[in-house]
Amino acid sequence: MSNQISAAAKSEKTFAETFRSRKVQRLLVIFTFMLVPMALLIIFTYVPFGKMVQFSFYQMKYSGPRKFVGLKNYIDVFQRSECFKSLFVSVYYMGGALVQLALALFFATLMVFKVRGSAVFKGAMFFPYLICGIAVGFIFKFFYARGFVLDSLLQMAGMDIEKIPYWLENQSINNISLVATSVWRYTGQNMILFLGAMMSVDAELYEAASLDGANKWHQFRYIILPSIKSIVVLNMILSISGSLSAFEPPYVITNGTMGTGTYFVIMNRLAHENQKVGLACAMAIVLLGIIILCTVAQKLFFKYAFDDGTSDESKAAVRRRRKAERAVVKGGAR
Amino acid sequence: MNKKSSPFSVIFRVFQYLMLIAASLIALIPVCVCILTAFKTTDEYNNSSVLDAPASFLNFENFQIAFEKAKMLNGFANTAIVLVVVLAVSVLTGSMLAYVLNRFKFKGNGVVQNLFMFASLIPGIATQVTIYQIMYKLGLINHLYGYMIVLMGTDIISIYIFLQFFENLSVSLDESAIMDGCTYFGVFFKILFPLLKPAIVTSMVLKGVSVYNEYYMSNLYLQKETLRTISTSLYTFTGPYGNQYNYICAGVIITIIPILILFLVFQKQIYGGMAAGAVKG
Repeated sequence: MSNQISAAAKSEKTFAETFRSRKVQRLLVIFTFMLVPMALLIIFTYVPFGKMVQFSFYQMKYSGPRKFVGLKNYIDVFQRSECFKSLFVSVYYMGGALVQLALALFFATLMVFKVRGSAVFKGAMFFPYLICGIAVGFIFKFFYARGFVLDSLLQMAGMDIEKIPYWLENQSINNISLVATSVWRYTGQNMILFLGAMMSVDAELYEAASLDGANKWHQFRYIILPSIKSIVVLNMILSISGSLSAFEPPYVITNGTMGTGTYFVIMNRLAHENQKVGLACAMAIVLLGIIILCTVAQKLFFKYAFDDGTSDESKAAVRRRRKAERAVVKGGAR
Repeated sequence: MNKKSSPFSVIFRVFQYLMLIAASLIALIPVCVCILTAFKTTDEYNNSSVLDAPASFLNFENFQIAFEKAKMLNGFANTAIVLVVVLAVSVLTGSMLAYVLNRFKFKGNGVVQNLFMFASLIPGIATQVTIYQIMYKLGLINHLYGYMIVLMGTDIISIYIFLQFFENLSVSLDESAIMDGCTYFGVFFKILFPLLKPAIVTSMVLKGVSVYNEYYMSNLYLQKETLRTISTSLYTFTGPYGNQYNYICAGVIITIIPILILFLVFQKQIYGGMAAGAVKG
């Protein structure tokens, strides 16, 4: 008996010891394991971000004197025609993003119903996403060049070369040409995302539905659509910020000339060629503001509109449940 | 009942295949035309329609010229060095960070996660204006290691991939190892890290593709010709060879081949990784 007690006391003591050293160890492990990623995050994201905010109030170049100008840069963002015009170019990219979502949704739906060789179709549509931006640029410079790929294809289909526009030079169409390259590149990736969400639905559900005589439209409407609505809305909101920050197609293919300069291409030019660092920083902050607004809108939208049971209960669902409860209480009282 | 639905389902089948074939063709045609052109001699290229097949698919001259003119060997070597170092460091630090965030509940855990989350909202191109200044002050411009350091940072997608994986690894593994006298460091390196293999592969493939394809920062921070990566050496074709598309196409195909092989081998991981990023993002 006494032996047992002393053993217990002993183990208690060693436990306390180990606990103490564990505590030290714990802090040590937290500190060392976070050191490198946090240092990189701070040096290459948050310090530059802070400087960006600071610079946006100055008129300055990369080197030399700087002058505090208050909000002038921000006012300029909305008054300089080149900055303001570039926001309109983004509208093309927004339209493209919607087309891309619709196409991705359409093909993902086709893919959900069993297809032979689906891996090949999936691979073919997804692969453009993995190609380097520079290579995509060259591929489409070649594709759109006068008398080359697209023109030859159209001539083969019986179109007169005189009637075919210059795809990259004609200002009424060149933005659409550029947007098409980004649709070409990202549709397959969106499709994979949607398909993943659709496949997470139990396969038996589809079988049961078709046994019950549900046609394809019903299957889409009542099984597929509910399973993916949140990812579709998420992508719609992302596409707004994505189209404002469109950069690669005009940068690589036309270098932003002939009215194809998107917001970022203009910002890049102001920063690195004209060295208007302050103005470029103000442009970046304005865009970031828009992106944050979009993200908040998305969070709110999910909170209020959706009750898919997987996430936190939405406000609408709570309201409905309360109402139902109240009705039950009333009914009980009666 | 089967009879009744069959004509519709036949029509649907035909429609389904037609649409999918059309979409795959649209996705592949721009690349395929490039392949055709890459095999054409300059003479053929000047005198035939771009849609015609080359006389021979064994004419590798353009590839050789492209490879030499754009100094692609140099580009591949630099990209390879960058890839090895960046992937090794970012996988190690990323998984370590995820381990701490998943296994320890400490003050500031949520703050750290939110800092990474918010960082992903800041468009990369925007902050380059000021990152350039920092790189300049630290003396990291025109050094391969400087470029590597910028790329090493942990991104939110790989944190999510690792966090998700840790969630499915039972804590009892850690506990029993600690009972046996293992330290936290030991738990991570001896027990958990080897189990992370699938997550490591996924995050490496995704990060690898983005590093291989990166050109903006490479263009900004590696201005010496000997330091060019594969994407910036491809970009040299914009200059003197602007209209020699048979060379350019060969260059494009050369840069695509490694990615194609990677894709064919790791298809599953790539699709899976995309989904992991989307669910949380």
